[in-house]
Amino acid sequence: MGLSPELKPGSPSRPPVLEPGYTFAGVTDKISSIVLRRKTSSGWILGFGIGFALLMILNMAIGYLLIKGVGIWGIDIPVGWGFAIVNFVWWIGIGHAGTLISAILLLLNQQWRTSINRFAEAMTLFAVACAGLFPLLHLGRPWYFYWLFPYPSTMGVWPQFRSPLVWDVFAVSTYGTVSLMFWFVGLIPDLATLRDRATSTIKKKVYGIFAMGWRGSARHWHRYETAYLLLAGLATPLVISVHTVVSFDFAVGIIPGWHSTIFPPYFVAGAIFSGFAMVLTLAIPLRAAYKLEDFITIRHLDNMARIMLATGLIVAYGYIMEMFTAWYSNDTYEIYLAWNRLHGPYSFLYYLLILCNILTPQLLWFKTIRTSPIPLFCIAIVVNIGMWLERFVIVVISLHRDFLPSSWGRYNGTIWDWATLFGSMGLFVALLFLFIRFLPMISIFEMRELVHTTQEEGHH
Amino acid sequence: MYKIPTLYGLIAEFDKPEQLIAACERVRENGYRCMDAYVPYPVKGLADALGFRKSRVPLVTLIGGILGCSGGYYLQYWCSAISYPINVGGRPLNSWPSFIPITFEMTILFASLFCVLGMLALNGLPRPHHPVFNAPRFALATRDRFFLCIEADDPKFDLRGTRLFLEGLHSHDVTEVLY
Repeated sequence: MGLSPELKPGSPSRPPVLEPGYTFAGVTDKISSIVLRRKTSSGWILGFGIGFALLMILNMAIGYLLIKGVGIWGIDIPVGWGFAIVNFVWWIGIGHAGTLISAILLLLNQQWRTSINRFAEAMTLFAVACAGLFPLLHLGRPWYFYWLFPYPSTMGVWPQFRSPLVWDVFAVSTYGTVSLMFWFVGLIPDLATLRDRATSTIKKKVYGIFAMGWRGSARHWHRYETAYLLLAGLATPLVISVHTVVSFDFAVGIIPGWHSTIFPPYFVAGAIFSGFAMVLTLAIPLRAAYKLEDFITIRHLDNMARIMLATGLIVAYGYIMEMFTAWYSNDTYEIYLAWNRLHGPYSFLYYLLILCNILTPQLLWFKTIRTSPIPLFCIAIVVNIGMWLERFVIVVISLHRDFLPSSWGRYNGTIWDWATLFGSMGLFVALLFLFIRFLPMISIFEMRELVHTTQEEGHH
Repeated sequence: MYKIPTLYGLIAEFDKPEQLIAACERVRENGYRCMDAYVPYPVKGLADALGFRKSRVPLVTLIGGILGCSGGYYLQYWCSAISYPINVGGRPLNSWPSFIPITFEMTILFASLFCVLGMLALNGLPRPHHPVFNAPRFALATRDRFFLCIEADDPKFDLRGTRLFLEGLHSHDVTEVLY
């Protein structure tokens, strides 16, 4: 492996994964004190307040939707999918980085994952929660959501298992469940640390209940490590399968621009791309606000930027191949779709997408950009926007003009579409702020392990 | 007459993981079998030093995976071919390629559930109360200290002899753990 020597911690050419001088007690106290000792800061209240306000907008939007129905959204024939599906794919894509960092980088033995995996996993959970809302709300009668599952109903019918939409239900709910278990299993030893470090009885009790009596027994650790590795091994194909199944929702349809075999790999790359953009969007302000620069070092930012650059290039290849296949297929409708993207009524969104997702990430070739937090943060935001635009382009531009010009139409999101989108961001932000206030955002026991290995390597 | 046991064992504290591993090896060489170490992070080689190698977690996970895989496929087959057969575009009722994604997801779901629940069950968790928590400095086991407890159930256990033996292993604060 060409990468391995320079990725080793402690090599002089690159910044370390953990600043030197930390002990087991040092990392434990520093991370647990954020939760246990620190007073709730005004910055936290402000951030949570914004998230909560947006969450209330989401409640309003959903409430009105339940009263009126999906007619309050901009969807109509021919564009029946609109914002709900755009937002669903966007959120579920963001949710991919957590499991990727936790599982795949664990299996690849990449030590730098340690300080970012916990909040990346939390981010995954919250993103999946946001994603899960949209297909449910889009059902029209969300209170019948359980019809999606095969249960012995009095109607005597079953879900259509040959449909990718049903596969999606299974893929997303499995992904949500497995991500939750992975996150919780990782938290158990840290909850025990918080239980033992907490001073108030209430905190001791609450953390104690969730720690389930973890006492750090060597036998327990042995089974725990085996289980954690197995879960990582199971989550790795799962994370690849989820966005593949999401892409099947499109690729199995015959709409021009959707019916394409490049969709699964290109969706998975796009998901990782947007997921890392979101991890950077969160990590950069968090490390500054909580003074975690020693744990989330420039090395982490650099590595994440590299992954973003690599997956961004795969996505760029996807865009190029879409254009090429349209030309090469010699199919009237595919060629028209390509023309419509470049010159149709939504072409400015397509050019904006190219600017956000292909041109801007090219700045990441420069090391100075990859190692400076503020430009990196800006690029991550641009990529987040770009990935939303990508899903908009895929859903709306393909649907609004398909085979029959007589059934063409236009689509625009209404105020309720936007309220639901920004409201879901509120849900995400509010959950994230609660998480960083009440749970350790960096895995404490894995940091102790990292202290051990970096000390050992220092001795050699 | 049956006597209610009051002593769980003797616990010794270590500052460094290397000292703990060395101590575990000595303890085993001396014929003790009922013991456990308590550490703040998974220390490599510790399970070996305690003579604990086998774990049934992989087997449980495999069973979960097999159940999920066969159950997931059979569910789809039974619903689509037996309970409510529908002819969709002339495809066979048992159109297995379309059943693969859900079969895969169910395999992963059940393997993961069995893995996590199996790990907890084999570890005997949740168990909020355990005698070792009564050791005065035990809260440090989740921070930066390493503990070794020899249990009173061990046939070789002898309060004075075991205490002297533990004290001779670079440990400190050897204390009795009471129920």
